[in-house]
Amino acid sequence: MSRTRNNPLADDLLRPLLHTGVWFYAAVAALGSVVACGLAAWGYQLWHGMGVAGVNWPVFWGFHETNFVFWIGISHAGTLISAILRLVNARWRRPVTRCAEVITVFALMIGAIFPIVHLGKPWLFYWVAPYPSARDLWVNFRSPLVWDFFAINTYLTGSLLFLALPMIPDFALVRDRSTGWRRRIYGTLALGWQGTTMQWHRLEAAMQIMAIAIIPVAVSVHTIVSFDFSMANVPMWHSTIFGPYFVAGAIFSGIAALIIAMAVLRRQLKLHAYLHDVHFDNLAKLLLLMSLLWGYFVTAERLTVWYGNEPHEMAVFWATQRGQFAPLYWTMVTCNFIVPVTILSFRRLRTVPGAVVASLGVLVGMWLERFLIIVPSLSNKQLPYSWGQYAPQPVELVIMGATFAAMALLYTLFAKFVPIISIWEMKVGNQPHPDAVTASEDEMSELWKVRP
Amino acid sequence: MAHRWGLVVDLDGCTGCGACVTACHAENNIPTAGAQEAARGRAMHWMRVERYWEGEYPDVSVKFRPVLCQQCDNAPCEAVCPTYAAHQTDEGLNAQVYNRCIGTRYCANACTYNVRFFNFFNPQWEKPLHLQLNPDVSVREAGVMEKCTFCSQRIRAGKAEAKQAGRPLADGDIQPACAQSCPSGALVFGDLNDHESRVARLSHSPRATKLLEDLGAEPKVSYLQKRGVHEPDA
Repeated sequence: MSRTRNNPLADDLLRPLLHTGVWFYAAVAALGSVVACGLAAWGYQLWHGMGVAGVNWPVFWGFHETNFVFWIGISHAGTLISAILRLVNARWRRPVTRCAEVITVFALMIGAIFPIVHLGKPWLFYWVAPYPSARDLWVNFRSPLVWDFFAINTYLTGSLLFLALPMIPDFALVRDRSTGWRRRIYGTLALGWQGTTMQWHRLEAAMQIMAIAIIPVAVSVHTIVSFDFSMANVPMWHSTIFGPYFVAGAIFSGIAALIIAMAVLRRQLKLHAYLHDVHFDNLAKLLLLMSLLWGYFVTAERLTVWYGNEPHEMAVFWATQRGQFAPLYWTMVTCNFIVPVTILSFRRLRTVPGAVVASLGVLVGMWLERFLIIVPSLSNKQLPYSWGQYAPQPVELVIMGATFAAMALLYTLFAKFVPIISIWEMKVGNQPHPDAVTASEDEMSELWKVRP
Repeated sequence: MAHRWGLVVDLDGCTGCGACVTACHAENNIPTAGAQEAARGRAMHWMRVERYWEGEYPDVSVKFRPVLCQQCDNAPCEAVCPTYAAHQTDEGLNAQVYNRCIGTRYCANACTYNVRFFNFFNPQWEKPLHLQLNPDVSVREAGVMEKCTFCSQRIRAGKAEAKQAGRPLADGDIQPACAQSCPSGALVFGDLNDHESRVARLSHSPRATKLLEDLGAEPKVSYLQKRGVHEPDA
């Protein structure tokens, strides 16, 4: 690693780790207090009961469940995109993969909190886990909530490994360039990395396995989240299209989150030399593709319901299309389809600010989509006598706001303590000449086929 | 042969008086939410009387439909419960084990009849109503689901009494609170496996239909109603 001593690349990318600006403290304090408000709101809900939230008979699920699906959706940005880009060996992926993978891990952690927050008795959440208990009762494997438990845990474990593996050489780099307590901490995290040929081999093999394994896991996770709804015989939930529809929507919102995160990183950490306009352009094209795909799914879903003209489903259909939920519905269509397709179809508009505006729209639109899947159906179930309304209460809004702050806070802290752009992968990509690469990197580059 | 409890609701006999609702509340320790919370959708009525108006004024006819848990054979609520809090008993009841419930509320969403209720807060009774609680029925705490049990405490008591007297259980020995209190006798409870019981005979009446029968939940509650001329005979 001594070779990297005077490496401008490493100097640049390690700067945030070694120098702390006043903005970092300000951001952490501001975001931290919002997160604290969210925790206080949850405490309030725990103390008084679920009644302080807006859920009621018959709308038993509301904002908490919307946020659950939304955040699990956001988590599809990272690992999935990164794994696909690695497998197809898209060379432009190098500076993007880590900031994408981090989104996955943090969004999953935030999303996975909501199934606990929404419980009537959150302290018993572990009862969905199969373990030998004094109750002599195994979990009900017919319940999609149990499938959720396995799917999310598998995806979280896989994503953590997928994120952590390529961080090992970078931790070693930080270890080698620092002293004192920093050296001890990063030395522990580097897991004894010396950069030997065998270690590179093993890292390479592990990365390859994880990249292949994580894709079916990612697809299955959001399919299973969609099963929470499509398995129940509720009007406009009980649909065969929900699996792929949810996965497409998840990737859609995930890319939007990634574009926003990259734009903020580039601006705050001055990474213009690494995150180029072409990265944003490529991701914007991907976002455009997903926007068109989303439009296709919504059309397919809505058209079949309308044509089938089944009375129970039509009640929900009209409630969203031109009833009380119509303003939200058409905002969703505007944000998810009209705005992104308009901005991203034209090269002149597909700039970094353009992509960020489209992405913000997509985040709003996809959140609304999740809300419009859950609430209108429960408001208009089969028996008209039991139709009802839902309005979110302050506690739900504060908890929701806190999750966005938590995402920003975790991301800020991560970018502070870990190189947000994978330094060794950039090196492999940037230095194609055999003289400039170590023997091990040479083998790496052959395995990854990174040579131009 | 195991019992298979069922109920018949004679819609032509129902006057919509609401005695069944009141009796159910008293028997099963169902808390009253109060006007404000009830307006927010927090009222709990294991038994409710749905009102429907037909026709234009002045030719208006009001129809009442008491709706309670339909005790489905193929219950959508049971499959989705992760902890088996909602499960089917040997006698075909959709039981709810309060202490197993962790409050996902998934069962309530899956139930097509919306007859499952969530304890949004800990239950409270205005004094002196707290002294009238039924000692045979547990009081439910905040965070769990509850629903009609077909007065399982009465079923158990009826069986114990018959056993003690050394005689088989006779039709009509067991009456849930709603059926017992119905002034017009529109609610008939009994064993569907006993072909001579009133409930078994009535449930095979040509007037009998089931609520949302086409959804395939196989409910054990039948509704009796005179058929209109435009409807085919069953």
